Amino acid sequence: MPANRFNGFTDYGVGIGLRIPHYDHILTKKPTVDWFEVISENYLVDGGRPLAVLDKILEQYRVVQHGVSLYFGSPGKPDRSQLRRLKNLVKRTNTPWLSDHLCWGSVDGSYSHDLLPMPYTFAAAKHTADKIKYVRDFLEIPLCVENVSSYTAYHVSEMSEWEFLSEVVERADCGILLDVNNIYVSSKNHSFNPYDYLNQIPHQRVAQMHIAGHTKFEKYLLDTHDHAPIDPVWKMYAHATKLCGVTATLLEWDDKIPSFDEVHDEALKSKQYIAEARAAQVTEGRARPLGAPRV
Amino acid sequence: MKQRTKKRPAKRFAPKQVNSARALAELQRAMWTLISRPLTAANRMPRRWKDGRPTAELAAQIAKPNDRLTSFERLEIYSRMYWFRVLDSLYEDCPGLRAVLGQPRFMKLIEAYLVKYPSRSFTLRNLPSRLARFIREEPSWTQPYTALCYDLACFEWARIEVFDSAALPVFTLNDLLTADPAKLKLNLQPYLQLLQLDYPVDEFILAVKQRDELSRSDSSNTALTKTARKPISRKVARPNPEPTHVAVHRMDSTIYFKRLDPAAHRILRAIQRGKTLAQALAAGLSGTKKSGEDLAGKIQDWFRTWMELGWFCQR
Repeated sequence: MPANRFNGFTDYGVGIGLRIPHYDHILTKKPTVDWFEVISENYLVDGGRPLAVLDKILEQYRVVQHGVSLYFGSPGKPDRSQLRRLKNLVKRTNTPWLSDHLCWGSVDGSYSHDLLPMPYTFAAAKHTADKIKYVRDFLEIPLCVENVSSYTAYHVSEMSEWEFLSEVVERADCGILLDVNNIYVSSKNHSFNPYDYLNQIPHQRVAQMHIAGHTKFEKYLLDTHDHAPIDPVWKMYAHATKLCGVTATLLEWDDKIPSFDEVHDEALKSKQYIAEARAAQVTEGRARPLGAPRV
Repeated sequence: MKQRTKKRPAKRFAPKQVNSARALAELQRAMWTLISRPLTAANRMPRRWKDGRPTAELAAQIAKPNDRLTSFERLEIYSRMYWFRVLDSLYEDCPGLRAVLGQPRFMKLIEAYLVKYPSRSFTLRNLPSRLARFIREEPSWTQPYTALCYDLACFEWARIEVFDSAALPVFTLNDLLTADPAKLKLNLQPYLQLLQLDYPVDEFILAVKQRDELSRSDSSNTALTKTARKPISRKVARPNPEPTHVAVHRMDSTIYFKRLDPAAHRILRAIQRGKTLAQALAAGLSGTKKSGEDLAGKIQDWFRTWMELGWFCQR
C-alpha cells in the first residue's frame, strides 16, 4: 500500500540497501535515491565509523531500518538491552517503520546468526505474534515481518507458509514486508505455486516489498542476494504490486556487490511495474483509490 | 525366575507436535543441536550422532524429505550455512592468529572455540569476545605459541572494541579551571584500550596487514568454506617475546596503535580505574628506578600528547 498504518503512512518509492562498498560513492556523489534501507544491527553500536557514516547519510536521505536478529519465533523474551539500543537507533534514523524476519535463530541464549524457518503451527503463530506485539509496544513504531526463504519443512507443520504468515500478522496486527524473491525460492524448494502465496496473504498489510537475486543449485535454490532478480521474480513482483498496490520497494544486493549505479539501475526497473500497476488501477475504475485493497 | 525388564523406547530427539511454546523450544533446541555440530573435513554433517545413531535418523524426526533431498540433506544446508558464516566472521576478525597458526590449525582452533563458546550475542561483532579466554583455558590448540596467540586474541578484540565504542566530548584545559588539583579525576575515552603484552603484536599485525594488502590482488571474492581460502603464501616471521605496552585508539574513525612507556601505561590504567590524578601519578612512579624529577619532563610530554589525541573526556 502506498500509505498505510504499517509503514507510517508513507509513500517511499524505490530504495536500495546501504552497503559499505557504496559509502564513498554516496557521500561524495550524493546520487538521487528515494531511500536507503539500513541493517539495524550494523549500527547498534556506541560510536565510531558506522554511526559517523549513518549520520552523514541521514543528512541527505530517508532511511528505513531492517533487522536480522529479533528472531520473533525464538523461545523466550526479547533481549531488552538489544531493544533499548534499537529504540535509540529508531530515534536517530526517524525510520517510519521497522522490519525483521518471520523466523527463529537463537535458543537457550545461543545465536545461529541465521534466519531459520518456523514450524507452521498455531502454537508457534501465537508465540511469535505475542513477541512481535511485545517488541512493537517497546519500540513504539509500526512493525513489519518479512517472509524468509527456506530449505526445509517440518513434520509438525499444520498449515502452509502463507497461512502461517497470515495467522501471525493478523494475531499481532502488524505489517508484512513481502519478499517476492523469498517466495520464489521457497516455492521451488517446497514445490508450491508462488502465485497461491501471493494471492492468499492479507494484501492490505503489505507495507514494503523486497526483490533480490538467488542462486540455483542442482537440487535447491539458495537466497544469496549476489546478483540481479530473474524475470520470474520480476513477474511475481508485478503481480504483487497489482494485488497490494504500489508499495515501497527495495532491491537487496549483499554479495558480489557491483557499482552503486548498477545496483540502483536494477532497482529502478521496478518503476516500470509500478507504472503498469498504476495504469491498471486507473483503468479498472477511478472510484478505488490507488493502492486500496481489493475486497 | 529371571525378571524380564521391558526395554524403554529411546527418547525422541524432537517433539512429534508443536502445540505449545515449550514444544516449540524443544523442536528448535533439537534442530540447533543438530546443525551446530561441527562439519566433517568434507564440509558435511557427521553421519553418526554422538551416541552412535545415524544422524539421518534424528534429522528425519525434524525435517520432511522432498523429491530431491533427504531430511538429512535439508538440515545440512543450514548446518553448512551456520558454520561458514561464523568461521568466515572469525577469519576476517583474526588475521594475526591466522598468520601465527597457519590456516588449518586456525580453523581447528576457532571451531573448538565455537563449540565451547557459541555466540551469545545478537551480533557477530561480539563473536571473538571470549577467544583469548578460550586460548588460555585450552592451550593445546595453540601450543607452542599459546602466549603469543593469547596476546593476539586480546589485541584483535581490542581493535573491534576501539572501532565502534563510544567517544565522549573531549576534556579541555578550560575544564581544569574549576577543578581541585588534589581531588582531580580524569576520564579516558570509552574506546581507548590499554594492553600489557608479552609480545610486540602491534608490529606483527602491521606486518601481516601489509602482507595481506600486497596479496589482495590475488584473492578471490568467493564465500569462505573450510577449504576454499587460499593458503597464506608469504609468511610473516613470528615475533620474539618482548614486554610491550600499547594503547589502541582511534582518530577520525581510523584505528591506531601507540606504544607506551611502562610508567605511562600504569598512569593511564590508574586513571581508567577511577583513581585521582595524584594517585595515578604515584602509581606511575612506583616500580620505576627513575626519580620523580627525572620523570617530570616525560610525564608532561605524555599528558600533552594524550590531550592532543583526545584521550581524556568529560563524564
